[in-house]
Amino acid sequence: MPQTRSFDPYTENGGTILAIAGQDFSVIAGDTRQSEGYSIQTRYAPKVFRLTDRAVLAVNGFAADGNMFVKKVKQRLEWYRHAHAKDMPLRAIARLIQTMLYAKRFFPYYVYNILGGIEEDGTGAVYSFDPVGSYEREACRAAGAAQSLVQPFLDNQIYFKNQVPAPGTTHPAYLSLPDVLSIVIDSFTSATERHIEVGDGLEIYIVFAKTRDLQDFETIRAKNVHLIQELTVAEDGERIFVLRRDLKKD
Amino acid sequence: MNSLVQRFDTNNALSEIKRTSAIIEEDGDNVSDLMWGSYGGFGNLATGIPKFNIPAVPDPSAFLRLHTDDHTDPSCRIKIQHGTTTLAFRFKGGVIVAVDSRATAGSYIASGTVKKVIEINPYLLGTMAGGAADCQYWETYLGIQCRLHELRNKERISVAAASKYLSNLVYSYKGMGLSMGTMICGWDKTGPQVYYVDSDGTRLKGDLFSVGSGSTFAYGVLDQGHHWDLSDEDAQELGRRSIYAAGHRDAFSGNTINLYHVKEDGWKFIGNYDVSKMHYEGPGDIPGAPGHGYGYSIRTAGKSSADPPTS
Repeated sequence: MPQTRSFDPYTENGGTILAIAGQDFSVIAGDTRQSEGYSIQTRYAPKVFRLTDRAVLAVNGFAADGNMFVKKVKQRLEWYRHAHAKDMPLRAIARLIQTMLYAKRFFPYYVYNILGGIEEDGTGAVYSFDPVGSYEREACRAAGAAQSLVQPFLDNQIYFKNQVPAPGTTHPAYLSLPDVLSIVIDSFTSATERHIEVGDGLEIYIVFAKTRDLQDFETIRAKNVHLIQELTVAEDGERIFVLRRDLKKD
Repeated sequence: MNSLVQRFDTNNALSEIKRTSAIIEEDGDNVSDLMWGSYGGFGNLATGIPKFNIPAVPDPSAFLRLHTDDHTDPSCRIKIQHGTTTLAFRFKGGVIVAVDSRATAGSYIASGTVKKVIEINPYLLGTMAGGAADCQYWETYLGIQCRLHELRNKERISVAAASKYLSNLVYSYKGMGLSMGTMICGWDKTGPQVYYVDSDGTRLKGDLFSVGSGSTFAYGVLDQGHHWDLSDEDAQELGRRSIYAAGHRDAFSGNTINLYHVKEDGWKFIGNYDVSKMHYEGPGDIPGAPGHGYGYSIRTAGKSSADPPTS
């Protein structure tokens, strides 16, 4: 008897990504565990990638699709650099990602993308995408396995949802960098506690607008010299750093 | 687009060859030479009708359905965002367009801040129901074509022509899994216009439409309040009140209301309103507003010792 099997080229590799935009900085983070079912394939598989000095892309879902997608985005950005002798602006990268995802509308990349960085006007920005390219600019977004654990926490801490300000005060319009970093780290330690697909390591990319005073960051950096690495390529532009931390490995 | 149809047509010898070559090519998206010149790095939007990558299987749309359709299979992997209430209606003062802002993936609220009104150009608005990406992408594409029409003909495109461009386009993809229910709204030489266009290929001209899971609730309020001679303020209030009704009764709609008004000199964004706030407090001190909440006080006033009956 002839047997028919359905074409199933997708799997789910777990993990969670998250990005928060500040007034003049942007933070993009992801854990480094990669799993399939209940097996951990590796404890270090990056999901967050530097695209340019002012753009960082986090990719979650099916790791093979994700890595291929990031590779192709980087290729297109290199072509742009050769043609225009400058880096593509963030909002243009966001539109590029939409068209690249939608080009596979009938054979989708099984990936959820979050793009973070600095806009041309110097503001911090986060763009989130669905697998076929619908996108929106937001102040914060969590995606992946622990999305439903992390996003409500972010709604409460970033958008101050269901919080009433103390009499005579208002909620701050923008959060400071130390506050944002604390929220990111707490999000991932808590997601690690309650979700089996989250853990092992945490990579936090931080992008600063070129005009920004880095005093508060240098204080944090001095205390964590061995954890923080600078990835900036060009001088006198936006600056980009990565902070690596451990998460629980069980 | 022809190659799409041919690849789809299984009785065609050419499609057989196309399919085989698709398997041999390690990568389906052919990179155009235009990528290298001054076009370098731009999306495929700039180079005519984009090429789509298609899986090398006998029935590509069955493949897509297997992995993305969350109505028949809630455990499918790729969840495309759904659930909506949108409305648009014509009256003497122009067109009112009102939408909610909730996007759901299954029962999870994926976003409460979606922009479901797509600003095609200063005179044309499109609404978003169904696949968010389908609407966003093709209405942006429509915007490009409308601009080209303007440059070629030294005249703005009519709403009828723009909506027909879109409906012909989605019709050419019929059966391949696109999902859109949209209203194309604007003001042209003939006055205010609303067209309903969906991915089945339906295109209807009309005075009043509502699309999405919450449309029945919106129609209830809309139909009883709609009138050609409505004032601008009352028309805006009707749009707001109708989306509130849907946000209140339809679980897949809610969060906030976005309200637009199209007049002779183009569209104007009127405001963003929180649905819960509308329930308790109403839209506040603005023209056309009732001066109280839409839902709470009218049900509780005079019903308890905390809020005793007057007189």
